[in-house]
Amino acid sequence: MKLFELGERTAQVHDVLVTVAELAERDDARAVLLESADDPALLRPYLNRLDLVVLRFSIFRDGRGFTQARELREYLRFSGEIRAEGHILPDQAAFLRRCGVDSVVLPKNGNGDPGLWEKQLRQFPIAYQRSVLPERAIGSGFRVEEAP
Amino acid sequence: MSVPVGHYQYDRIDRDFLQARIAEFEGQVKRRLDGTLSEDEFKPLRLMNGLYLQLHAYMLRVAIPYGILDSRQLRKLGEIAQHYDRDYGHFTTRQNIQFNWIRLEDTPDILRELAEVDMHAIQTSGNCIRNVTSDEYAGAAADELVDPRVHAEVLRQWSTLHPEFTFLPRKFKIAISGSPNDRVAARFHDIGILARPGDDGTPVFRIFVGGGLGRTPVIGEELFDSVREEHLLATLEAILRVYNAHGRRDNIYKARIKILVQAIGVEAYREAVEAELDQMELDRYRLTPEAVAAIRARFAIPLLEAPDDADAVLTQQRRDDPLFDRWVRSNTHVHRDPGHIIATISLKPAGGIPGDATSGQIGRLADLADAYSFGEIRITHLQNVVLGHVRKDRLRDLWLGLSEVGLAEANIGLIGDIVACPGLDYCALANARSIPIAQKLGARFADTALQAEIGALRINISGCINACGHHHAGHIGLLGVDKRGEEFFQLTVGGRAENGAALGTILGAALPEDETVDAIARLVDCYLGLRESGETFLETLTRLGHEPFREAAYEAV
Repeated sequence: MKLFELGERTAQVHDVLVTVAELAERDDARAVLLESADDPALLRPYLNRLDLVVLRFSIFRDGRGFTQARELREYLRFSGEIRAEGHILPDQAAFLRRCGVDSVVLPKNGNGDPGLWEKQLRQFPIAYQRSVLPERAIGSGFRVEEAP
Repeated sequence: MSVPVGHYQYDRIDRDFLQARIAEFEGQVKRRLDGTLSEDEFKPLRLMNGLYLQLHAYMLRVAIPYGILDSRQLRKLGEIAQHYDRDYGHFTTRQNIQFNWIRLEDTPDILRELAEVDMHAIQTSGNCIRNVTSDEYAGAAADELVDPRVHAEVLRQWSTLHPEFTFLPRKFKIAISGSPNDRVAARFHDIGILARPGDDGTPVFRIFVGGGLGRTPVIGEELFDSVREEHLLATLEAILRVYNAHGRRDNIYKARIKILVQAIGVEAYREAVEAELDQMELDRYRLTPEAVAAIRARFAIPLLEAPDDADAVLTQQRRDDPLFDRWVRSNTHVHRDPGHIIATISLKPAGGIPGDATSGQIGRLADLADAYSFGEIRITHLQNVVLGHVRKDRLRDLWLGLSEVGLAEANIGLIGDIVACPGLDYCALANARSIPIAQKLGARFADTALQAEIGALRINISGCINACGHHHAGHIGLLGVDKRGEEFFQLTVGGRAENGAALGTILGAALPEDETVDAIARLVDCYLGLRESGETFLETLTRLGHEPFREAAYEAV
């Protein structure tokens, strides 16, 4: 498993990764796997002990993970690591980061080239909307500087 | 003209962004060609840049945000039609333009040419927030309460490469109007927004959700009556967040927001949106007066000066020239300034292809816009062109100029003003050819005096149930169906997209293609025979019901 860091937090490797259903049984679990259909609010009772939430993308077109990440950051104030894995594209790097995702498991094909991910993070100098990141506003409009 | 009238003026930051988007797309094309991106992966990426693979070639759909462009931009579109397409472009029902004969390898060059005039193809397709549409008379119409363009631009910017909403269950269309007379089909959009002034003069927004045509036509329902300006973006984010999390992804025909709204009901949807708003950090989403002002400042305002006798000159010219008078009757709208008038230029010549314009016509339109309307051009959702600020005493000169290039058809809002999808001539989904039947109908009702006599009557034609020609919303709608390899058309009547939005209902069994035009002609004759003084087709239909029209349409079949 090759990890790529999108943002500030350093990616940590966890030996135990459980499902949402298993969380209640496993007091030692510090990392949970969220499927696209899982409601992030289910993690509320466990947030204090969780270090990592992994969002699984079954296919890159299924964008529910972006909303899950924002809910974790914005609604649940989760301050641990959020990671995306599964079928994801480097073209989604900045979207993931701006929704609060810290790291990705690099796909094992052409989409896993870290150079592509690096390039995509620097593709756009600005963005046209606020995100969960503390990005600097440009002037009095709502454009922000998008700094990797 | 240095600052364009009518649309947002880009600055260096916006231009750098466009260049970055082109570079990104170029990289994606390269990865597709070297095989690191599969076709399945490339497809949504190219669609988000407006590039479709159609029946015979690639099609590039270029965004015209809220339908407004300047003459420099229009000329560029003409050049692209000439150099990269077959010398014409096609204006769409979402106020965009599409080029139907594009080569994949030319696309980055075309995008670079577009960027020279601050244009792009961003989000004209794909499962994302599409190019925002607005009222074609925005900022000009006498009946307007709020100029919707500033907020349309706010929405354009906010939705551009939105990190959370770029991989939605399905496409997402937003329209915004600021007039009590709905000219944007607000209730046939995923989100329809009607702006009006609030108590303190700041706009408030009435928001409809879950409307749409397509396979499952639904009239949008009111979600909120009065959203304050500062909460506009927060509210839209909340609506989209509920949709992104809960919209169906197992069946593309059930994936639009309208299906979710219908499944859970508008009350439950409203509760879900309110639950999001309760958790959101509203400050982060606040649309501040400063942000709105910063965008408003980048719109140039036309200096509307007209001689005192402008209106009298026009009145006299109309009296002197009945042909001109007929065009003024059907093709103009009241301007907020008494010395000016709004002119709609029909792209529906009798027997022509609705919405098509040649590069020669496009160039001429740009010249006329410079001469008569501050270099500003609007594309309408009915596939016509509007010059928004024409001095009344110069209207006849404009009309004469239009006549020279075959653009003086007097049929706006009349039976010849047909909306049709590209149909089987271009589209891989279609069951029937929409364009030939539109041409035949146009030719049948070519006489503009007859059109004026018939009065307000909209015909919409779709080549398949995906309904891109909005047949459900036509006063008379035609839906192409395939019966054992033969083209048939199913007729609906009574649809409307304007105030009092309604879906058309089916008149009877589908008719063979070669009987359809005659059936519609009999239906129209029936209306002319039965109408009471001053009654429109829809009013007669409402008074008498389907039966007489059904009998007329099917009498010879």
